[in-house]
Amino acid sequence: MTDATRSGLRLSRIGIYAVLLLAALVYLVPLFVMLLTSFKTPLDIRTGNLLALPTDWTTVGWSKAWSSACTGVECEGVRGYFWNSFKMTVPAVLISTLLGAFNGYVLSKWKFRGSDLFFAMLLFGCFVPFQVVLLPMAATLGKLGLANTTAGLVLVHVIYGVAFTTLFFRNYYVAIPDALVKAARLDGAGFFTIFFRILLPMSTPIFMVSLIWQFTQIWNDFLFGVVFASGDSQPITVALNNLVNTSTGVKEYNVDMAAAMIAALPTLVVYVVAGKYFIRGLTAGSVKG
Amino acid sequence: MEHIQRHPARVARAPSRLLDGLQRWLPKLVVAPTFVLVGIGVYAFMLWTGVLSFTSSSFLPVYDFVGLDQYAKLMNNDRWLTASANLGIFGGLFILSCLVIGVLLAIFLDQKIRQEGAIRTIYLYPMALSMIVTGTVWKWILNPGLGLEKLVHDWGWTSFSFDWLVNSDMAIYTIVIAAVWQASGFVMALFLAGLRGVDPAIIRAARVDGASLPLIYRKIILPSLRPVFFSAIMVLSHIAIKSFDLVMAMTAGGPGYSTDLPAVFMYANTFTRGQMGLGSASAMLMLGAFLALLVPYLYSELREKRHD
Amino acid sequence: MNRMTRTLGALALTSALLPVGNAQAGEVEVLHWWTSGGEARAAAALKEMMEEQGHTWKDFAVAGGGGEAAMTVLKTRAVSGNPPAAAQIKGLDIQEWAKLGFLTNLDDVAQQENWDQLIPPRIADVMKYEGHYVAVPVNVHRVNWLWVNPEALAKVDAKVPTTLDEFFATADKLKAAGIIPLAHGGQPWQDATVFEAVALAVLGAEDYSRAFVDNDMDVINSPKMEETFAQFAKVMSYVDDNAAGRDWNTATGMVIKGEAAMQIMGDWAKGEFTAAGLTAGKDYLCAPAPGTAGIFSFNVDSFAMFKLNNEDNVKAQKDLARTILSPKFQAVFNKAKGSIPVRTDMDMASFDACAQDSMDAFKSTAKSGGLVPSVAHGLANTSYVQGQIFDVVTNFANSDNPDPAEATNQLAAAIQAAL
Repeated sequence: MTDATRSGLRLSRIGIYAVLLLAALVYLVPLFVMLLTSFKTPLDIRTGNLLALPTDWTTVGWSKAWSSACTGVECEGVRGYFWNSFKMTVPAVLISTLLGAFNGYVLSKWKFRGSDLFFAMLLFGCFVPFQVVLLPMAATLGKLGLANTTAGLVLVHVIYGVAFTTLFFRNYYVAIPDALVKAARLDGAGFFTIFFRILLPMSTPIFMVSLIWQFTQIWNDFLFGVVFASGDSQPITVALNNLVNTSTGVKEYNVDMAAAMIAALPTLVVYVVAGKYFIRGLTAGSVKG
Repeated sequence: MEHIQRHPARVARAPSRLLDGLQRWLPKLVVAPTFVLVGIGVYAFMLWTGVLSFTSSSFLPVYDFVGLDQYAKLMNNDRWLTASANLGIFGGLFILSCLVIGVLLAIFLDQKIRQEGAIRTIYLYPMALSMIVTGTVWKWILNPGLGLEKLVHDWGWTSFSFDWLVNSDMAIYTIVIAAVWQASGFVMALFLAGLRGVDPAIIRAARVDGASLPLIYRKIILPSLRPVFFSAIMVLSHIAIKSFDLVMAMTAGGPGYSTDLPAVFMYANTFTRGQMGLGSASAMLMLGAFLALLVPYLYSELREKRHD
Repeated sequence: MNRMTRTLGALALTSALLPVGNAQAGEVEVLHWWTSGGEARAAAALKEMMEEQGHTWKDFAVAGGGGEAAMTVLKTRAVSGNPPAAAQIKGLDIQEWAKLGFLTNLDDVAQQENWDQLIPPRIADVMKYEGHYVAVPVNVHRVNWLWVNPEALAKVDAKVPTTLDEFFATADKLKAAGIIPLAHGGQPWQDATVFEAVALAVLGAEDYSRAFVDNDMDVINSPKMEETFAQFAKVMSYVDDNAAGRDWNTATGMVIKGEAAMQIMGDWAKGEFTAAGLTAGKDYLCAPAPGTAGIFSFNVDSFAMFKLNNEDNVKAQKDLARTILSPKFQAVFNKAKGSIPVRTDMDMASFDACAQDSMDAFKSTAKSGGLVPSVAHGLANTSYVQGQIFDVVTNFANSDNPDPAEATNQLAAAIQAAL
């Protein structure tokens, strides 16, 4: 390698790092702003600017958001709603992931006539805007006796999440050689045996992808939460909206930002901690179809 | 493998027919619940919406038949026309920008970067935030009086102006900015995973032939990532349609209705204005547009997969 | 047998220990969007009064957009066969819900409490469907107020404007002095509120009613309407450039701080001044919006009562209706919220100067015909017509080259399409 090439490469490496770091900055600034604001006093926010450090670090925003901000006639903060979200999200994520796994298995290894059409129609269902289904879903849940229950909300999330989980699992299993399954079949293994003994053990990466994706989508959902849950069982997104969109009074941005951070914490933690599983799962073939 | 094939046939002949029958039905049984759930939750409901679009339903459904009245009303509605145009602008820019930025960042990150894990997490985390949070934060950042413009003024550059958020013509682009910020990291992750799966032997061969790195990327690697593009576009389109939350949080459709999107229009008419018939017609047009664009794409991609 | 006696004994003892009123204690689920500090406290007073009567209050708060999200939720609840006991519905939407058969009949409570004598007919009509009470009014807001920072006016040596021309003259002086003449938030309903005030000034109460309540096309598509739009454009030219998307209370904050001199807003703005520790008549002034003296544009918050199956809950619901119109609640609530009581027999001595002015205007306009429903707040039309009007008005307010003639045509077409 000549000197010129080496310095050329060095320059381009610097260029690459520069771009990456600049991008990182852009991605981080909003989070930084949110965090900073949540630790300021309202006076500080009004008189200072976005990136200024707090002149008076205070956790009043956080404590208020957690336990005393008004989300209606109740002024208990968002803590109760935090647990509601968990109660609703965990079952929905697990059920939709399991269904997706089975569906993906069938659509890749046990194809039948029309299974490809079924897959395509499932995919198209990803695009239905949720507003369209609110009223008919409400009527249906009412008839099923599930109106206004956590179970009803879980059912709704499963219905609209199963298309994505199926997509993930199907693409992943398609990459696994058919020969493996054929051999097992000829050995006398049945449908479930093959799934549990062969495919499931090697599905950890894609399980992680599905769990992470579904958790994020369901935890962050607002529309279904506000429509299909009521009062005490509302998820935290609804409480956050009530807190932030109040129509009178001085806007307490520090409380708003703290509440937004509390609402975002579980998904953030999931992405930071499990992010590498996410990448690993995507790398393991789910993406290449 | 041949010797394995010859043995089981002798052993498992008798009970195999019953089991075979069961095996044939089992896969269908397993996907049946999903079939039912999605059949009702998506298709039956869409059909119902379609039916409603031909009625004069206002507050709640009413089943009279008024032909194409609602659709005609839509075509004369300036707000709907603005919203449709906005979807084209927003959707197109959003998907394109996310793809470009995602691919670029993925390529850069693939160059054996130190601290890759940390940088990746930084790019990825915005996806974890709900669109309401994203919209609220960006609304604040882009607010001329409180955010970026004020910050730059405070730093001394007083002629700087960035008032897109309050400008009827430019506001839609602020929505694009916030949405791209949120989703481009995810696209980066998809492509990074895809790049990692590319066979290094091919690259080495091309290198030996004297091709430069950018050329290799352009002519060899990116084309091989077609399935990744497919997944990315699927996810991005899904997000584009769902951007209801983002618009509501950032601009509520304003200034005026210059950042209105079909989903917001549909919501406002069906629920706030008690015009279910009109709202349903707008929903059907929205779906129709996506059908027209996505079905050919889906079809071509899935067909390719089968022939792979 | 011993066990049975013991069980019966235990049951007898338990029921003897239960408070007598328990047999009638019901639960009311109340849908509303009062989620901020001040409003929430006002609503909490109602909750306490219900709990004093032995009932339980199930809160169902959905914030956002002055009720948009709440209305969506309400429709889905109704469709699923499970509506709340009471919902914060106002204006002609009440009749829509009643027409669909969802609302219950409150005539027995109305008769016991003499509602027909206490509530002005113009307002009672909004609460009734086919002559029967189906909703309870909670308060009366006057929409056409002008809020003024006297110091700002003093700086340019101006008086509170009483006509649109005076307003423009004062505004020019303020602009020259570097004070924002009109604080405003660029949201459709706020644009419509200012438009309504201008329309009242230009058209007068009668033509306003003909245009916006009766939807008389001759008045809508007329030169006077063009003039209304022209004057509206002129008023809006005194708003600062950053108004888009701003919340109304932030705009009020600008007046409080002296950055702006005036705001055209309903009387809920008073809550902001009070919260800032200011006194009416001294630290801030309230006057009818320029050109609208003698006109009272009303916005009434109300709770519509839904049909319920459970008898205990029905009793609780009726108690709720009664409590809402009780003098005690009317006093507590309206003082906190900045509006005036619906009951015309209240002693207003403990209310502040602006509220007293408002009540006087309320009573006198009820007799003189100047009491008109607010179009910007949904009291004059169905939400469809209102939405169409909003679209035209906000588009006009935000356009770079507002054309009054074109806007008038658009308004006529928009309202026509919604009829």
